[in-house]
Amino acid sequence: MAEHAPALETGVLAEDRIAVATQWQLMWWRFRKHRLAVGGTIVLIAFYLVALFADFFAYVDPLESEAQRSLMAPQRIHWFDEGSFKPYVYALTGTRDPLTFKRVYVPDTSKKIPITFFARGEPYLLLGFIPSDRHLIGVEGAKAGESLFLMGTDMQGRDLWSRLMHATRTSMTIGLVSVALSLVLGVVLGGISGYFGGLVDTVIQRIIEILRSIPTIPLWMGLAAALPADWDVVKVYFAITIIISLIGWTELARVVRGRFISLKEEDFVMAAELLGCSKARIIFRHMVPSFISHIIAATTLAIPAIIISETSLSFLGLGLRPPAISWGVLLQDAQNIQALVISPWLLYPSFAVIIAVLAFNFMGDGIRDAADPYL
Amino acid sequence: MVAYVVRRLLLAVLTVWAISVLSFMIIHLPPGDYVTSYIASMSASGSAVSEGEANALREQLGLDKPITVQYAKWMGLMLQGNFGMAMEWGRPVSDVIGDRLTLTMVISVAAIVFTWALALPIGIYSAVYPYSVMDYVFTFVGFIGLAIPGFLLALVVMYVGFAWFGANVGGLFSPDFVEASWSMAKVWDLTKHLPIPAVVLGVAGTAQLIRIMRSNLLDELRKPYVMTARARGLSEYRVVMRYPVRVALNPFVSTIGYLLPYVVSGSIIVSLVLSLPTVGPLLLKALIAQDMFLAGTIVLLLGVMTVIGTFISDLLLMWVDPRIRLGRQ
Repeated sequence: MAEHAPALETGVLAEDRIAVATQWQLMWWRFRKHRLAVGGTIVLIAFYLVALFADFFAYVDPLESEAQRSLMAPQRIHWFDEGSFKPYVYALTGTRDPLTFKRVYVPDTSKKIPITFFARGEPYLLLGFIPSDRHLIGVEGAKAGESLFLMGTDMQGRDLWSRLMHATRTSMTIGLVSVALSLVLGVVLGGISGYFGGLVDTVIQRIIEILRSIPTIPLWMGLAAALPADWDVVKVYFAITIIISLIGWTELARVVRGRFISLKEEDFVMAAELLGCSKARIIFRHMVPSFISHIIAATTLAIPAIIISETSLSFLGLGLRPPAISWGVLLQDAQNIQALVISPWLLYPSFAVIIAVLAFNFMGDGIRDAADPYL
Repeated sequence: MVAYVVRRLLLAVLTVWAISVLSFMIIHLPPGDYVTSYIASMSASGSAVSEGEANALREQLGLDKPITVQYAKWMGLMLQGNFGMAMEWGRPVSDVIGDRLTLTMVISVAAIVFTWALALPIGIYSAVYPYSVMDYVFTFVGFIGLAIPGFLLALVVMYVGFAWFGANVGGLFSPDFVEASWSMAKVWDLTKHLPIPAVVLGVAGTAQLIRIMRSNLLDELRKPYVMTARARGLSEYRVVMRYPVRVALNPFVSTIGYLLPYVVSGSIIVSLVLSLPTVGPLLLKALIAQDMFLAGTIVLLLGVMTVIGTFISDLLLMWVDPRIRLGRQ
């Protein structure tokens, strides 16, 4: 009996905690148990840290090209030097193969270039306003751009690692901006559709059905190709987000409408109506808080689709255009199979795409399960 | 039942109209009109277009009229099967598109057949043996399949084919058959080349459908009538297949309407990577060359074919689901 007492006590305690916990606490406790979702969240935090501090993680200017360093393979880092932890790389010398005219790079084993963390390098503005010249990694006694090639270089000799860091910034934020737009459209139209019902509902539902039965990629391609060629990077960026969210809102609208319809019949809504609350108050004070978690889940699950869309469009050369750097733009270099076979590292950015999309899916699933265990 | 068919048909017509407006917008978005770009492309290739010819062209296409009239005129031409000229090719659009549109549909349908053939049994298996090792394996593979965009998968397939087997796995025909006219041998050659694009295109959809099928069937298997059937001593096969699977199949069939546009969409990009002779590469070329007339037509025709496909799947749904057939929603 004595053995059981503590267990019983904690059980009661746990129940007490559940009884007084807020909706968000309950969700958090359920979410925490979903290991894949927690893992996905951690990965996403890492991705967004990279997006925020891309200049810090990159060690050279992603646009700096040098024909002398084209298509270099990823470099091997030697972590230990004579038994102690002193990472270094060998200096590389490039020559042209007399037979194939391909550039080949041979490590010069007599020249060791030590790698340091938090090294000083090119100056940049952290978060856009804090001047800094610290980078995650750098080299001593040489310029990072001339001696460090963690992920190799592309055709124009630009450092792929640094480019990937900046691409992460573009691609991860385009997902957010685009989903925010879709969210506004989806919540407003879905809300109207679900709350008022009737003719408005029918019209909006038909519009959604029509939009969903159009093959999106050809449509996007057409719209994206029609963007004036002289637009600058920022304009194209926003135009692409608008084009992508043009279709993306339908799924969110569907979720919001479904929730509105099921909540409309609830007693607490009726009570609010009888108390004489205005429509706006009923919607925003009473109904929205009870399904906001579902919207968050649906939003999270919408982001990966947007990321894939942007990547696909840019891959085709119709989305973001150089000098903008995004995952899709980087993967454009991998379009040519022959080039890919010779330099497979050009495909590395695709891992970033896949990992980000997986992480978003895991996190979204976790949130959905936590928000509504009965769904 | 009639009401259902009529409603679906109306919706299909509405969709076609919406697509035509969007395609028209695509044609009209860039500055200048079709004739200006036509003149530009003609003079680029060395032949001049006289003022009179240009005006005649404008008049024929009604480009001097207000935009709504232009739209009506364009639709009229479209309905007569006159899709205009593909500038870059100097041939009528219908000539250029021809087989390619058919092949796009062949590949899309093959992808959907693959999706179904795989998703159905795996979904049933995962629901009957939930949380088993194979269930976890399928879920894991499914997640990966969902996360890989079609064009990336196509790239990887091409890369593996090239680097490991030294073969080009792209294309839809062997070199001997590319220019050949249609014959049984060519159809057989096409059939042999279909699996790779079908699999590449179908993977993401398969992953999604497995999840849908699994959760539908899991819900259904928990219901009391299943227990009743079991208590009556029905064989396990009959218990699962007789009713629960049929009920779970409904939402499965209804998603085909969304699957088709999705697959057609994907086929555009995948075709580019695998160099398949579909409308995909043609569309991209047309867009880059700002041949908006060809591009708009392709978008329109793709859309219309998708709508027809969706309509057929609606009829299929009616056949599978008696609740729709008998007029009760």
